[in-house]
Amino acid sequence: MRKAALTLLLSLVAASARADDVPLVADLSSHLVAITSGFTGTDILLFGSTDGPGDIVVVVRGPAGDVNIRRKERLGPIWVNASSVTAHDAPSYYRMASSRPLNEFVSDQLKERYQLGLANLRLNTSDEKFSADEMAQFRTALVRLKTADGLYGEDLGAVNMMSNRLFRTELHFPANVPTGTYLVEVYLFREGAVTSAEIVPFTVSKLGIGADVYDFAQNYGALYGLFAVLIAIVAGYAASAAFKRA
Amino acid sequence: MQIYLPIAGMSVNVFLILAMGGGVGLLSGLFGVGGGFLMTPLLIFIGVPPAVAVGTQSNQIVASSVSGVLAHMRRGNVDFKMGAVLTAGGFIGSGLGVWIFNILQRLGHIDVTIAIGYVIFLGIVGGFMLYESLPIVLGRPLPAGMALTPRGPGERSWMHALPFKMRFRRSKLYISALLPFAVGFLVGILVATMGVGGGFVMVPAMIYLLGMPTQVVIGTSLFQIIFVTANTTLLQAVFNRSVDVVLALLLLVFGVIGAQVGARLATRFKGEQLRVMLALIVMGVALRLFFDLIISPDDIFSLGGS
Repeated sequence: MRKAALTLLLSLVAASARADDVPLVADLSSHLVAITSGFTGTDILLFGSTDGPGDIVVVVRGPAGDVNIRRKERLGPIWVNASSVTAHDAPSYYRMASSRPLNEFVSDQLKERYQLGLANLRLNTSDEKFSADEMAQFRTALVRLKTADGLYGEDLGAVNMMSNRLFRTELHFPANVPTGTYLVEVYLFREGAVTSAEIVPFTVSKLGIGADVYDFAQNYGALYGLFAVLIAIVAGYAASAAFKRA
Repeated sequence: MQIYLPIAGMSVNVFLILAMGGGVGLLSGLFGVGGGFLMTPLLIFIGVPPAVAVGTQSNQIVASSVSGVLAHMRRGNVDFKMGAVLTAGGFIGSGLGVWIFNILQRLGHIDVTIAIGYVIFLGIVGGFMLYESLPIVLGRPLPAGMALTPRGPGERSWMHALPFKMRFRRSKLYISALLPFAVGFLVGILVATMGVGGGFVMVPAMIYLLGMPTQVVIGTSLFQIIFVTANTTLLQAVFNRSVDVVLALLLLVFGVIGAQVGARLATRFKGEQLRVMLALIVMGVALRLFFDLIISPDDIFSLGGS
């Protein structure tokens, strides 16, 4: 049923694309990822149509922020975090998906310009105290650790093309997905150049009781603390009373 | 079944958390300890950020101490005056501890500080308990000169010379209030930085340093732990935003039941046997954390927020 509706939707998109001669149309199955108390991660479907053959590259970026990359060193017998580099405005989430391996249709220059793929992700690390070699190690570490958390990744060939007009891909968001506004950039490549591009935004936000608890803790720290202590006292008293009778 | 922890920002298996609460609760009832020293490393081990593990543990210990202290109050085993002086020191100590915690967290040194703290304190306490209890269990008590005997400040001249003398009737002591205040202060720092109730340091300090009679030690320790952990919970919530009420409640449910079952089981063992078992667990945790500190990490890099 859902698939049938989607096919209908896609064909409508395709029809309208043809009608208005728009080279690229794209949208998401949902513009809101709601983190509720049962949230274990989710998939969003990105779909759209083109006005003819071409290759699609999708880049998803989460809200940017500073990240500390720390390196442990041996201090006597123990390992401690000895040095660190800050990556400014690093995306909290980055995923690239494409219809074919990038090397088959994108030049290195364009990959760099549009920051396509983890190797071309621009990370603003301006620490001069480390050698270029060491900086590269910190950078790889950031990408490796974020990938291990499921927050960075690239899926070559994950965008499915249908009859050279329709395309679709599933975007995965793990349980630890950061909240905020995300941007999905969709590029249409033809003969080695970007012929059309579109940006689709969506939001990841905490909803329900969990969100209320989080907002309460963030905005009214003291009241939240008092409330937490009160719950604990009542729970402890109740437990004692219950077992005294037994 | 998965549940999302709003402050920890992660999804956990409900049954795993319930089982951890019940298991640690059972041990805490069996051995008469708070269990924070087991729960905090366990939480960090399953991926809860250290800050949230420590802040949430303070909250949970409030509950377990309330349920524990009521029984002792009914039997009149709480020295309220001593508890108040310990609490006063504990308030200042835990305040300082939360501040230190905040700084260490920003510098990226909190994990290693928690681990070193555990290794040192658990190692010392576990070692003492083994030294004292193992010979009795093995049927070879230590010769009188080598055994640790409670020695009150009355036998130490410098402690006797301290000002602000106070009479603690319930404990049958007439000592300087500075002593319990200092003990409360130091344990308060531990409470705030390590996510423990501090009973495992407080109880020996009360017996061996202050010279309090054993029957009021546990009740008085629990009494002051309530206030110090409540203060820590409040401060952690205000300054570090690291108290997860959902996680604390999940840990509580089977924690209190486990503690009651454990307390009933405890009557089947001899005191020395229990102390050797507890000492072995304490030493086990200390050793585990020690090896984690010295073996080469899988990845020398790690990420921290801004």
